[in-house]
Amino acid sequence: MAEVLVLVDHVEGEIKKVSYELLTAARALGEPAAVVVGPAGTAGKLSDGLKAHGAAKIYVAETDSTDFLSPEVSVLESLIGSVNPAAVLIGVSADGKEIAGRVAVRTNSALLGDVVGVSGGDAVGVTHSVFGGAYIAEAKANTEHPVITVRPGSVEIEPVDGAGVEESVQVGAASGRSAAVTSREPITGGDRPELTEASVVVSGGRGVGSADDFALVEGLADSLGAAVGASRAAVDSGYYPHQFQVGQTGKTVSPQLYIALGISGAIQHRAGMQTSKTIIAVNKDAEAPIFEIADFGVVGDLFKVAPQLKDEIAKRKS
Amino acid sequence: MNIVVLVKQVPDTYSERKLSDSDHTLDRDATDAVLDEINERAVEAALQLKEANGGEVTVVTIGPDRATDAIRKALSMGADKAVHLSDEAIHGSCAVQTAKALAKVISTAVGAPGEGFDLVLAGNEASDGRAGAVPAMVADVLGLPALTHAREITVSGSSVSVKRETDDGVTHLTAELPAVVSVGEKINEPRYPSFKGIMAAKKKPVTTLSLADAGIDASEVGIANALTSVTSSQPKPPKSAGEKIEDEGDAGAKIAAFLVSQKLI
Repeated sequence: MAEVLVLVDHVEGEIKKVSYELLTAARALGEPAAVVVGPAGTAGKLSDGLKAHGAAKIYVAETDSTDFLSPEVSVLESLIGSVNPAAVLIGVSADGKEIAGRVAVRTNSALLGDVVGVSGGDAVGVTHSVFGGAYIAEAKANTEHPVITVRPGSVEIEPVDGAGVEESVQVGAASGRSAAVTSREPITGGDRPELTEASVVVSGGRGVGSADDFALVEGLADSLGAAVGASRAAVDSGYYPHQFQVGQTGKTVSPQLYIALGISGAIQHRAGMQTSKTIIAVNKDAEAPIFEIADFGVVGDLFKVAPQLKDEIAKRKS
Repeated sequence: MNIVVLVKQVPDTYSERKLSDSDHTLDRDATDAVLDEINERAVEAALQLKEANGGEVTVVTIGPDRATDAIRKALSMGADKAVHLSDEAIHGSCAVQTAKALAKVISTAVGAPGEGFDLVLAGNEASDGRAGAVPAMVADVLGLPALTHAREITVSGSSVSVKRETDDGVTHLTAELPAVVSVGEKINEPRYPSFKGIMAAKKKPVTTLSLADAGIDASEVGIANALTSVTSSQPKPPKSAGEKIEDEGDAGAKIAAFLVSQKLI
């Protein structure tokens, strides 16, 4: 069975959940082979988890290079040449998309970006959710070893034992010049789950009215163990930082539960959240378009409804 | 320094977007087209660098004739000239083909890296197709370093530094020129074209190229030769509205009851 290369996403020795999702998805196409690129010792920390999620092989490329993304690109490029994989799977993130694009253009491989499902067969097929979930499109690769980026949260993890045979890979010299990393400042996300990985998201819009009042949104989110999101209107008004923006020009989320507080639901916002499984909306305006897609809508004042909901949740927990 | 800005005309995200029934490509007639917001920021960044360092700003685009509007907008903001690859055969090209074609257009119409230009600027991600990697791919084809998602750009002497800001944090990058830089949403506020700028734009040179002019073989582009094919597309049935209530002082409790009934809490 052909190998399927899975680029392992990790931050300072901590694996990202999407890596396990990719290992699960890879099994539809062939035998999952994890590719770990990072400083010496990285693979040691990750190998148990990778084995427990079905990695038959673990390619280990250890490097102290400060070249930006080029080690990942050149390792994948050389593995494509040596093992001719059925596909290369990479999680959607700013870095993941960039690595995927560069690998695809170098190896003349099909680039299937931001997919929500993969399938095997004569050709590798994928499912895209386009225009913020308004369309479902099926696409296929017309080349060998397609490079596919998979949206986090779209594949349910199924743990299974894998042999996890480690094989070390040399990081080749960069072809072409590379940018160099001079320093990094990772985001300290606090205790809340990451927006795109959270199973519950509570978002606030213009109706929240001020940055201070976003504490209300955060309070409800924390009672549910949820991530906090914001509409573009709220971000543009300076109520909440841009990195939490949900929508066409922000993040796309697809949680089990999405609670929209004071969000009118412009297409711009709906494009980032309408594939959520269950949507709750609270808005003063009975005509707000958010109600068209809400499973449960409340026409009312979020400053009365949200605290009451938070108390009710607290009661049920105790 | 001479700067190339890559721009793209996209459907307005505030209007409804459709895929065409015949070949599953974007139905460009059904939607309002605008210069992608992020491109205006790339143009603005180019103009600021030009104002500080001198040189010329050339706008490069690939797209249908309608893309002329996007070019005019960039020129009226202050770009000096434009190159437009407009050829029916381009329709439906995939990301890999597009990146290679852009690299070819830049080299033939603007010149080799370091000779024709010192810097290529682009938006970090088009709002209509979220491959999100075309600038880095173009850089790879040209053999240039890619400094992406810039929140700040600093050019000093022969090197460029970028504060790269993404969801995962901030990374400081540096590279020698020539290089490719893509800008993020926070880079700047694009200027509005002045009346004078709009009038001047009408006289600025726009070079329209066919594939042959750009030295691109028809087999390298287009939907029939794309490395990926869309096999089907369908609108997802819109999510229908569920229950809607007026708050009578107990809506918070009612939401909680709903969440319990759905086993969500």
